[in-house]
Amino acid sequence: MADSLAAQRRRAVSEPGLVKWGLLAIALIYLALFLVLPLASVYAQALADGFGHFFSAIQDPDTLSAIRLTLLVAVIAVPLNVVFGLAAAWTVAKFDFRGKSVLITLIDLPFSVSPVVSGLIYVLMFGAQGWLGPWLQAHDIQIIFTVSGIVLATIFVTFPFVARELIPLMQQQGSEEEEAAIVLGASGWQTFWRVTLPNVKWGLLYGVLLCNARAMGEFGAVSVVSGHIRGETLTMPLQVEMLYNDYDFVGAFAVASLLSLLALVTLTLKSLLEWRFLRSSRQSTL
Amino acid sequence: MPGYGLTLGYTLTYLSLIVLIPLAGLLLRPVGLGWQGFWNVVSAPRVVAALELSFGAALVAAAVNAIFGGIVAWVLVRYEFPGRRIVDALVDLPFALPTAVAGIALTALYAPNGWLGSWLEPMGIKVAFTRLGIMVALTFIGLPFVVRTLEPVLQDLDPEFEEAAATLGAGRLQTFLRVVLPAILPALLTGVALAFARGVGEYGSVIFIAGNMPMISEIAPLLIVVKLEQYDYAGAAAVGVAMLLISFLLLLLINLLQRWKTAQGST
Repeated sequence: MADSLAAQRRRAVSEPGLVKWGLLAIALIYLALFLVLPLASVYAQALADGFGHFFSAIQDPDTLSAIRLTLLVAVIAVPLNVVFGLAAAWTVAKFDFRGKSVLITLIDLPFSVSPVVSGLIYVLMFGAQGWLGPWLQAHDIQIIFTVSGIVLATIFVTFPFVARELIPLMQQQGSEEEEAAIVLGASGWQTFWRVTLPNVKWGLLYGVLLCNARAMGEFGAVSVVSGHIRGETLTMPLQVEMLYNDYDFVGAFAVASLLSLLALVTLTLKSLLEWRFLRSSRQSTL
Repeated sequence: MPGYGLTLGYTLTYLSLIVLIPLAGLLLRPVGLGWQGFWNVVSAPRVVAALELSFGAALVAAAVNAIFGGIVAWVLVRYEFPGRRIVDALVDLPFALPTAVAGIALTALYAPNGWLGSWLEPMGIKVAFTRLGIMVALTFIGLPFVVRTLEPVLQDLDPEFEEAAATLGAGRLQTFLRVVLPAILPALLTGVALAFARGVGEYGSVIFIAGNMPMISEIAPLLIVVKLEQYDYAGAAAVGVAMLLISFLLLLLINLLQRWKTAQGST
């Protein structure tokens, strides 16, 4: 009897079998069409002429220099945003001050700016006709169309990632452990390294992961400030565009397949972090 | 607690240097044009067409994602099936995949000789290098937003309300429309607004598939790039400011929706 009652309750809050299978089929077909097929086509196109062509495409000198540049940009941009994220989270979570919610909104601002506009603001600032253009020219400094411009634009588009992971996490953890450490005689830095950092390490890693994926994959903002100089100011996504416009499809998709691999590794690590350490379901917005 | 001056000072300095001052530089740029000059740039037919296309295509894509993303979220939260976790993880792919890669992959799929294009073309449906292609790219980009904002709300939805509705004689569809939908509506709209805002500014995934014909398939961010290539800095800035102002209005709307969502959740 009890069994059939439970079955009745289950039936009351679920759909008839046919509807259920229909919805499941629609969802899976939709995801296959929009996610799996594009991903599969990247690898199919990259290997269209066999592995030999794929490997020689990757070993092209311009492509290798694009890979080096992408790594360099990420190595500069990500740590800078980590330091900022830690500082911002510390100040927001540990202290009360006026305008705190405005500050949090401003930190998220770069996410609501179009990538092209993100590049544009630096061209308007540092470009030849920019606000600081004449001064920079007089001192023989060039930022736009150089690696510095690419780094700046990348820092802008990845600005919020670490901060927005750490702020809610540190707010939720409170300051009790840090206060205890300080009462016991630890200095501020000791408290930070020994207490705070270990407490937020998984959230920090999560933020770094997303920040890095975007830093290596950014296209629009970087495209505006890059100047597209082959072998010099092309990151991997820009190299993809360059090869594609040259009708070198195997080359373009070979570089694209490396970036897809990065995306898949990022997704795998992200899911692992979510399942193992950060149980709460979160809203991710890259 | 130590570190207040250091961390707040560092946060404000870094925020100002990287974000606030450059953005202010953009907002101030069209001042040189004067109000009339700004209006002339923004109301030029090519600019209006590009803005309309960016907003229109983003709206269609967000609507598609409202329906199908809603179904995906429902299936992922309510049904058990093998591979559910992998499918759930895969939903974030458009966040993780560089936009240029998405752009060339979608173009290859929907080109006349592509896996999907070679099926659609004989039926008279052209996707690549048309406005439809832009909508496909924006649907891809916006896919995770609706799913990810709906999932937690669906998880927290107490089945007791649905049981009560069923006990009182409501059919499953009626229960969904009268009980479930009102509860998830704020989250659904938030997801749609987020997808829409992202779609309006999207560049990388669109330009490969769009065809980029002025007045027909040229999106607003591309027009900024075109103006920059012609050294029309003030014009580029004017279009950028127009886009920025509209996205701030959207951001405001999203914040209001979030507030409604939390209000809904607390009752």
